[in-house]
Amino acid sequence: MPPGSIQEAWDNHRFSVRLVNPSNKRHFSIIVVGSGLAGASAAATLAELGYEVKVFTFHDSPRRAHSIAAQGGINATKDYHNDGDSVFRLFYDTIKGGDFRSREANVYRLAQVSSEVIDQATAQGVPFAREYGGLLDNRSFGGVQVSRTFYARGQTGQQLLLGAYQAMSRQIAAGNVELHTRTEMLDVVVDDGCAAGVVVRDLLTGEVSSHSAHAVVLATGGYSNAFFLSTNAKASNATAIWRAHRRGAVFANPCFTQIHPTCIPQTDETQSKLTLMSESLRNDGRIWVPLQEGDERLPDQIPEAERDYYLERRYPAFGNLVPRDVASRAAKAMIDDDLGVGPHRNGVYLDFAEAIERLGIDTIRGRYGNLFQMYERITAEDPYRVPMRISPAPHYTMGGLWVDYNLMTTIPGLYAIGEANFSDHGANRLGASALMQGLADGYFVLPVTIGDYLAAHLGEQPPPTDHPAFEAAEQEVDERVRALLAVDGRQSVDHFHRELGRTLWQQCGMARNGPGLEQAIHEIAALREEYHADVRVLGDGESLNQSLEKAGRVSDFFELADLMCHDALYREESCGGHFREEHQTPDHEALRDDDNFAHVAAWEYSGAEPHILHKEELIFQNVHPTQRSYA
Amino acid sequence: MKLTLKVWRQTSPEARGDFVIYTVDGANEEMSFPELLDLLNERLTAESSDPIAFESDCREGICGACGLMINGQAHGPQRGTTTCQLHLRTFNDGDEIVVEPFRSAGFPIVKDLVVDRSPLDRIIQSGGYITAPTGSAPDANLIPVPKDDADRAMDAAACIGCGACIAACPNGAGQLFTAAKLAHLNLLPQGQPERPKRTLAMVETMEAYFGSCTNHGECTAACPKEISLDFIAMLNHDYRRARRSR
Repeated sequence: MPPGSIQEAWDNHRFSVRLVNPSNKRHFSIIVVGSGLAGASAAATLAELGYEVKVFTFHDSPRRAHSIAAQGGINATKDYHNDGDSVFRLFYDTIKGGDFRSREANVYRLAQVSSEVIDQATAQGVPFAREYGGLLDNRSFGGVQVSRTFYARGQTGQQLLLGAYQAMSRQIAAGNVELHTRTEMLDVVVDDGCAAGVVVRDLLTGEVSSHSAHAVVLATGGYSNAFFLSTNAKASNATAIWRAHRRGAVFANPCFTQIHPTCIPQTDETQSKLTLMSESLRNDGRIWVPLQEGDERLPDQIPEAERDYYLERRYPAFGNLVPRDVASRAAKAMIDDDLGVGPHRNGVYLDFAEAIERLGIDTIRGRYGNLFQMYERITAEDPYRVPMRISPAPHYTMGGLWVDYNLMTTIPGLYAIGEANFSDHGANRLGASALMQGLADGYFVLPVTIGDYLAAHLGEQPPPTDHPAFEAAEQEVDERVRALLAVDGRQSVDHFHRELGRTLWQQCGMARNGPGLEQAIHEIAALREEYHADVRVLGDGESLNQSLEKAGRVSDFFELADLMCHDALYREESCGGHFREEHQTPDHEALRDDDNFAHVAAWEYSGAEPHILHKEELIFQNVHPTQRSYA
Repeated sequence: MKLTLKVWRQTSPEARGDFVIYTVDGANEEMSFPELLDLLNERLTAESSDPIAFESDCREGICGACGLMINGQAHGPQRGTTTCQLHLRTFNDGDEIVVEPFRSAGFPIVKDLVVDRSPLDRIIQSGGYITAPTGSAPDANLIPVPKDDADRAMDAAACIGCGACIAACPNGAGQLFTAAKLAHLNLLPQGQPERPKRTLAMVETMEAYFGSCTNHGECTAACPKEISLDFIAMLNHDYRRARRSR
């Protein structure tokens, strides 16, 4: 950790890191895996600096990365509203929102560069919402009491991603970025203890090949799809970070997963994914359930006096804008108590009637038009007339590869940025902070810190791709692919993935307990064994084979799911999104144990149980950990 | 629901393709179109026949990965809707549905319903950006942007790059896609310095891959984000001006 006060740490660190002089940068090659907000912004910036950059994405175009689906907004400490915001307040809100399980210095730096992220995006032409005077508009998000969220209708992620994608496209045209689409990274190559490159598979031809570089950056997102049903895109997966973990990168806090409170409830067994409705809707929508259990009346037939606006009742200070973990747990409690609404009684209402009456339908349409349209497409209900039905769903993973202040993993030369790392959100991420972190890492942090590692390697060449380390990794990848095709069992990949997801959701979802987690570990092991004996992957490895792609990803989800459960079992406390039923306050809030668990649980791959645990103590010098209160 | 699907199958770019008819039982109205194909693929896998290759990722209408010709219409019959947001309640029990890939000379077929849309990336690479290297930006509120301009830029920027406009166009023209990006950037003050250069480069790249626009308007009708034909008028205007100033 850098010296000095937290306010000076990043400045001091920037001064103390080694630099690579501009004319030497072209002698260094950097591989970036993933083209979302973190990957595209890093690739564009590194190329602008003069490094030779290669980008790999399994999509047909970098613009398809799942960052595109982020809706509500991006936080920054501009204080354009004169409502008392500051760098320290964003830092404080993020630490508290994360339930005091993140690293102070990283979070402070995030708050410091947040403002520059907005400047950068605006200069690129990101069409943020504006006031009539032409200046930028803001809205509020959960867990905070200021308006610091910048947005572009309900498509903020799309617009920010396109900004980064366009900046990267400029570098592609200039020959500074070499783009490989429809190419999936299947292994990291480590030589002499340092990252040396990657092994990839061309998804169209099946060809497995190696690429070497001075450094490798993983910007491959999170692992919510371990749950099968999540708000993540279908192809989002954990293979890149899991393969890095198997090669020696330590995995931090895998059990810290976020269940988002405002998703469209599941309708049937065949459903393939869940759709998020932006948290920004909680600015104007009021959440309620009927007071009476099993009430089957339509919402408009339930009079005001017979409704329970339970968030407003329990948390008057924050009301409907409590953090996500609090809102999700409260919704689960209502549904568990048979107060759920809708045909499957698996949701709660998010009601805009009062806001429409107060602000007019046009204002509401201006703010949320595309979200309302999306809701109507999926449910065939008109949210301008009928309250939305929402329910919690897996959405984001705070856990990820452990990184130091430089965003480097425990493998020298291997970096993890964006959702792929664990660093900034502790046990719960606040809304509109993922976009901020992905872009802060990619535009402003990594491009500075990576120089510190590279400078020490000036004049060195990475090992050639016919080096034994590459050949061995390629052979392993080949064998894995062949093994999956050779099983020739009876059940599809989706069948197993769905079963895995069911177990994980039941035992390692919103509420967890010791016996349930132990049961999950056994179930996952048995299912995994069955998977490798009975999965059916048709076709061959030499052409586009989507079942084969899925099969490899699900294989890695099995291993990660096991680690998630072990981590959840180990952490005998409740914090943020990790709620152990054994540890709660009398009014069912999360009960932390700072004496025993104020640390990052970082797991080293051992190939077998027991998993090897390393602890990074979390030291709070600038904020004092308290019982979170949003009342 | 019971549906009959007539699906285009083609094993590789060079192979000859053909329609194959499948009957799908057990579908329901709540399902999205990709979920219908998932269901069919589960059955094909169980029967040991090769599942149908198709693209679909976010399944919430924003990533632009999905795109099928459904009964001859790009993204199917519902206006302003991507394939993944098209739910089976749009169809009737017993319907026959024809499913094809996006057909256009500019989008070669990769396999079954998957096509190569990489020319869209090349159009962006040729000029679809504002040059603003990281670190060089002034404060975001330094340049006020009139709300109407920002809103119109956002209308254009809503394009998801799915290529439906091109698949729907009888000429296979790329005008709406290109015009949307040009309008987004050309309407903003930040986009002015590169406006002529950007317009010329993007239009010329577009013409290398795609056909010519004859104002049919099929593009805007098929566009899942309902991007306005007005932006094509703006493209033509900007292009003429840029040519004159060259």
